[in-house]
Amino acid sequence: MDDTTHILALLEAEAIHIFRETAAGFEKPVLLYSIGKDSTVLLHLARKAFYPAPIPFPVLHVDTTWKFREMISFRERKTREYGVELLVYTNPAGKEQNVTPFTYGSARYTDIMKTEALRQALDKYGFDAAIGGARRDEEKSRAKERIFSVRSPGHRWDARSQRPELWRLYNTRLGPGETMRVFPLSNWTELDVWEYILAGGLEVVPLYFAKERPVVRRSGTWIMVDDPERMVFEPGEAPAMKMVRFRTLGCWPLSGAIESSAASVGEIVGEIRQARHSERQGRLIDSDQAGSMERKKQEGYF
Amino acid sequence: MTSPILRVLSCGSVDDGKSTLIGRLLHDCDALFEDQLALLERERTPEGLPDFSRLLDGLLAEREQGITIDVAYRTFRTAGRRYLLADAPGHERYTRNMATGASRADVALLLLDITRAAGGLLPQTIRHTVIASLMGVPDIIVAVNKMDCCGYDRLAFGKVEAEYRSRLANLQEKFRSVRCVPVSALRGDNVRRRSENMPWYEGETIFDLLETLEPPAAGERPFCLPVQWVARAANFRGLAGTVLSGSVEAGKEVLLLPSGQKSRVRRLVALEGDLQKAEAEKAVCLRLEDDLDVGRGELAVDPEAPPETADQLAARVVWLNDPPLVAGRTFVFRLGTCERLATIGELSAKLDVHTLREQAARELKPNDVGRIKLSLDRPVPFVPYRESRDLGAFLLVDRLGGNTVGAGMIELALRRSHTVFWHDFDLDQTAYAAQKGQKPRTLWFTGLSASGKSTVANLTARLLHARGRHVYILDGDNLRHGLNRDLGFAESDRAENVRRAAEVARLMVDAGLIVLAAFISPYREDRAAIRDRFRPGEFVEIFVDTPLSVCAQRDPKGLYARALDGKLPNFTGVTAPFEPPENPDLRLDGQLPPERLAETVVDFLEGDNPRKILTPFPNGKTK
Repeated sequence: MDDTTHILALLEAEAIHIFRETAAGFEKPVLLYSIGKDSTVLLHLARKAFYPAPIPFPVLHVDTTWKFREMISFRERKTREYGVELLVYTNPAGKEQNVTPFTYGSARYTDIMKTEALRQALDKYGFDAAIGGARRDEEKSRAKERIFSVRSPGHRWDARSQRPELWRLYNTRLGPGETMRVFPLSNWTELDVWEYILAGGLEVVPLYFAKERPVVRRSGTWIMVDDPERMVFEPGEAPAMKMVRFRTLGCWPLSGAIESSAASVGEIVGEIRQARHSERQGRLIDSDQAGSMERKKQEGYF
Repeated sequence: MTSPILRVLSCGSVDDGKSTLIGRLLHDCDALFEDQLALLERERTPEGLPDFSRLLDGLLAEREQGITIDVAYRTFRTAGRRYLLADAPGHERYTRNMATGASRADVALLLLDITRAAGGLLPQTIRHTVIASLMGVPDIIVAVNKMDCCGYDRLAFGKVEAEYRSRLANLQEKFRSVRCVPVSALRGDNVRRRSENMPWYEGETIFDLLETLEPPAAGERPFCLPVQWVARAANFRGLAGTVLSGSVEAGKEVLLLPSGQKSRVRRLVALEGDLQKAEAEKAVCLRLEDDLDVGRGELAVDPEAPPETADQLAARVVWLNDPPLVAGRTFVFRLGTCERLATIGELSAKLDVHTLREQAARELKPNDVGRIKLSLDRPVPFVPYRESRDLGAFLLVDRLGGNTVGAGMIELALRRSHTVFWHDFDLDQTAYAAQKGQKPRTLWFTGLSASGKSTVANLTARLLHARGRHVYILDGDNLRHGLNRDLGFAESDRAENVRRAAEVARLMVDAGLIVLAAFISPYREDRAAIRDRFRPGEFVEIFVDTPLSVCAQRDPKGLYARALDGKLPNFTGVTAPFEPPENPDLRLDGQLPPERLAETVVDFLEGDNPRKILTPFPNGKTK
């Protein structure tokens, strides 16, 4: 076994262990599925963890209605193929008031359509544990996050009073009104995720692969015009075709693409091995303000 | 097989330059991205050098205060290895975070500032060393930092190293290896690159040590797998868990503990197809030859080399959270996937982590380290911590709030569980109860002193007796004349007083009696612990709810007057807390006439059965 295979095997076993602890320790867990590469790995690991039994909890997608169209078709196909129970939730008030990334600005929009929507969905179904694909290497405040991370009533993250997490003993008990966030991929890196996808032959949304796409230049990154009818162009702005791909996927008006020619998982792995920029660089929501991720998490952002 | 992953704990005193060293290590290993390098261009130290520490302090509160509060986990890769780094804060208040980071570490990287250690090692250096050794970290690397500030002085380094090594002699748990390296994190000497400023140093750099260190292998111990979850599918029942040590293959005989059942492995089931064999650290699903009725909490082991099983343990514990630990308290105990209730029998010593002396103590506060004896409600299979961190470590969890309050390490079993059997006699509770024609139970009256508990209990007992019921009254004051004569009124003594009373009540309920127990029992947690000692429905919590002002006015024994005068410490309601029940089975308004209250109790008992007893665990997990 070479080092990469060995590392992936250890990371996989750790994630499966965490999944099983979650299933055993909570009444009503849910897997948060965002359709991206991390969610793809997460879903695959969940299937492995419980096989031959089915995944003993549903999969939830918080849909802002601004996801790439290719993401939605991928979601439908994969959940059907795996036979998992899919729940889709959109913040009804946000939908009614037509909250869009163009009308509200990225911070307010994210707050209403993602953070608030997630809180609503968790409350609506009464989930006591939500499993997510966040990794500690993504952002500085994530480095202080636990694998089993308690949220106080109202889904707030209090960074100052986190439970100590010792050995591989995960405390799954909750106090009144508390819920849990669980992060099986905590110790993975972006490269691990891609190497795992490569090794397991997992299928990902084609948006990760380089292709000529209609884009505009904004805030130093390429924004793809996924839906020309809903796109709000700035004066003098017109889409141009560019060979680009996405390193992270979110809402299309807020996800920056990078110029790349990597058209297969193998080529992406090669590209990331050479990468000189961290992954969240393309995300417009993180650069709003200093410590923005930490603030968002305090308010209940995943 | 060498381990491709190394878990490193970085620790050291505040300002010793830990964040700088880690940042420097990441930088020199080429593990930084360009946007992080750009940050380094902007953030400069007063000397005009890149401020590597700015890469690490992640939380706003930390950046504002300029200190590290919480453990930060990060990972980086070199050509040779993957590192999982737990960066622990230095401040004394955060010892628990240091213990957390140490709990899984293969090696501790301890920072020490030579400019501050010249007059003798800092207490924090000793404390961190002690905690790393206590938590079983095998190896330690001491980075003697800021050598650039003392002119790269060989003698100064030699003096500090000699003093450090002399202090290690007193440690109870020894390190496998101890290395001291003179470095300048700020300038990069001996971090990755060998220092030209210290040609006298012949040892390895920090980086070379990390790259070549080999953690002790788990594969050599006998097979062991804690069952996490049972996979159920059509005609299928599999035991899911991670192999902790040894290996398993089809055909292997396994013993399950503590149930003691045996079977053979038929298949190792996996999504990608059955496995032939699984080694340590592999997550598997075992299909056995026999469909044993075992589930989470069992330990599958090699029948030739089973670990011991015990319900009385001696352990060391790092206390993590409020409330402080006192003897007599009961907690949820987690070891592997086993969950038990543990009562702290004795708190025998507290460790002074600076002098390494142990002293008598009545309580452990957060960040204290101590020795305890604990007693479990059922036996648990375990291996002493010094032999296995996975099977010798446990958590103590607050039963009501769910918080992790203690981290324990088992030293030994005080009594092997197989030496004391529970005797089953032919006559049991059902027989005794049938003879008396009643449903045995304990009516537990809780409330302030002078709230009317004993009065109502007394009247209730008379009414029940008149109806032909077999009753007995247990009274707090009366027990203190005999069984509990040795106990005072400190928190730990009160807990023990109530525990003994509950055990007596339980025996009487077993004998078929209806017990009326009147105890202030001010702590919610103690009452919850008592409830757990009874079968469902046997324990009826009755809250005699009388306002403090009314009790103080009644004051039949003159106790409130003395307490309010400050002459009576630990008096409930005045100088000690009373935690009213949140969900009593019955609440009595103590200002109503006691005769009426007694009738209410009788109606409650003789009318319907007590309403469904709520589980003491908020998220309802007892499986």
